[in-house]
Amino acid sequence: MQTTAELSTLAFTNTPGFVREYRKDFPILDRMVYEKPLVFLDNAASTQMPSQVMETITAYHSFHHANVHRGVHQLSQEASELYEGAREKIRAFIGASSEREVIFTSGTTDSINLVANSYGGYNLKQGDVILISEMEHHANIVPWYMVARRTGAIIKVIPILDDGTLDMNALHEMIRDEKVKILCVNHVSNALGTINPVAEICALCREKGIITVIDGAQAVSHDSVDVKSIGADFYAFSGHKMHGPTGIGILYGREDILKGMEPFKGGGDMILSVSFEHIEWNELPFKFEAGTPPIAQAIGLGAAADYLNSLDRVEVKKYEDSLLHYAEEKLITVPGLRIVGKAANKVSLHSFVIDGVHPHDIGSILDGEGVAVRTGQHCAEPVMKRFGIPATTRASMSFYNTFEEIDELVLALHKVTELFNVTK
Amino acid sequence: MLLNNRSKNLYQEVILDHNKNPRNYSQPERFSHFAKGNNPLCGDKLDLFLLLNDEKIVEEIGFIGDGCAISKASASIMTTVVKGKHIDEVRKLFDGFHNMAVGNISASEDPALRRLRVFEGVKDLPARVKCATLAWHTLDAALNNKEIISTE
Ligand SMILES: Cc1ncc(COP(=O)(O)O)c(C=O)c1O
Repeated sequence: MQTTAELSTLAFTNTPGFVREYRKDFPILDRMVYEKPLVFLDNAASTQMPSQVMETITAYHSFHHANVHRGVHQLSQEASELYEGAREKIRAFIGASSEREVIFTSGTTDSINLVANSYGGYNLKQGDVILISEMEHHANIVPWYMVARRTGAIIKVIPILDDGTLDMNALHEMIRDEKVKILCVNHVSNALGTINPVAEICALCREKGIITVIDGAQAVSHDSVDVKSIGADFYAFSGHKMHGPTGIGILYGREDILKGMEPFKGGGDMILSVSFEHIEWNELPFKFEAGTPPIAQAIGLGAAADYLNSLDRVEVKKYEDSLLHYAEEKLITVPGLRIVGKAANKVSLHSFVIDGVHPHDIGSILDGEGVAVRTGQHCAEPVMKRFGIPATTRASMSFYNTFEEIDELVLALHKVTELFNVTK
Repeated sequence: MLLNNRSKNLYQEVILDHNKNPRNYSQPERFSHFAKGNNPLCGDKLDLFLLLNDEKIVEEIGFIGDGCAISKASASIMTTVVKGKHIDEVRKLFDGFHNMAVGNISASEDPALRRLRVFEGVKDLPARVKCATLAWHTLDAALNNKEIISTE
């Protein structure tokens, strides 16, 4: 628990004016649920979209919609410019060297499947090792399991420590095995909130020639990400977890690696010339974008990057840290409540269990109070197993959440423990 | 503290009691039918055992499992309701329960559902219908000799 002295070193002790201003950009935050004001604390599943993003998407549909890269007519050119403009925005947003390194996908899951198949599928051999952290989302496990089955590669697991951090000693040990070819880890765990030392991990792997696949789904909305200073070979994330639309995501890949890779999906747009005897792949990044892409969603994602850039991200980070500590202080007043994941470096989310009350009952009762949280295994079954729990309740915050909303959450949790008669 | 009506309708005293002190919560010494139920969405799991006698009457029934209050209470109450009943009647109850849980019929339309009507509230929580019906689906599977069922 935080002492008062420690708490006073936090940047904020209540909701600052700039957060109330930012909230105005998100019309959904004003809605009611069962006649109660919505308290949206499921941001790790999907973040809400600001009006700026919705307006950009609407403007595209109202004035510019046409297929991209295909028409000589004005609309197609405008749509192509907007689509490619969004790619440039994302390139700058993550600090990639070139737009050739920025591939539009349908989301993190799609991005990782691309790497697993187009890189792993062609490079892994019988007996090669894929290291996967124990705290991965199923999206960074299942595609590797599938490719391992096909290639005869072996999956080994980098364990989690009791506090919810990655066992770095074990990692050091494991990467000494020359059979290790690929290492997969998330930048931030969606089940525990842990921020992993990905720059350090990528540097270690680089020395050994191990390819790094970083799942950044939970990271991009909380802090600025620079793929070059992280040193990742591949970095994947989703639009809908950074205040953009669903159906769009990004795979960043280092150009020299992408160049040597085979395409993942075949179809229009990803080829230069086609005959039945020979097909020449298109240039990067188009080689990996078969068929008509999600144009409006890509443009919306560009707008989401613009929106995040417009925030004072340093202040926002400090605010989210304060919110996280405030939430911890309040949550532990709830009888029987235990937080799972106590890493010193965490994004603003708490996963927790309450003695004698199943998370699904907590989730339903909270929902009735207007408080939206996620309950279950968070697509991270191995994490639940590691901590010996069937599921958790997860309250995940964004910069638009307020101290008052944390109070609402905690009040609703007290109602749960009262109903279930949890006393300590 | 005041709770929202929807929660109050569902988390009634009876349900909370059966959750805390589930009845027939053990593996009977002898059983003729068995099935495992699994609701992967919630992580609800349950093993159901029953002994039918020659007249196809449920002589013994027991369950063991882990899950939310709704699934546990539903299994507990189900065991108390079906014990001593002929399987034809059990199957009718299963249909009735299912129809009530999804809101097709009101519990008051069917006197046989009297002791099960505490679960009528799940019809307002579509995400929880599977929790309430898991035990019943498992029972149905056991009677049909399907050993593993999933409500996903
Ligand atoms: C850490 C992490 N990785 C991957 C994913 C999958 O993202 P998507 O469903 O957008 O492909 C998620 C989302 O739940 C996540 O939290």
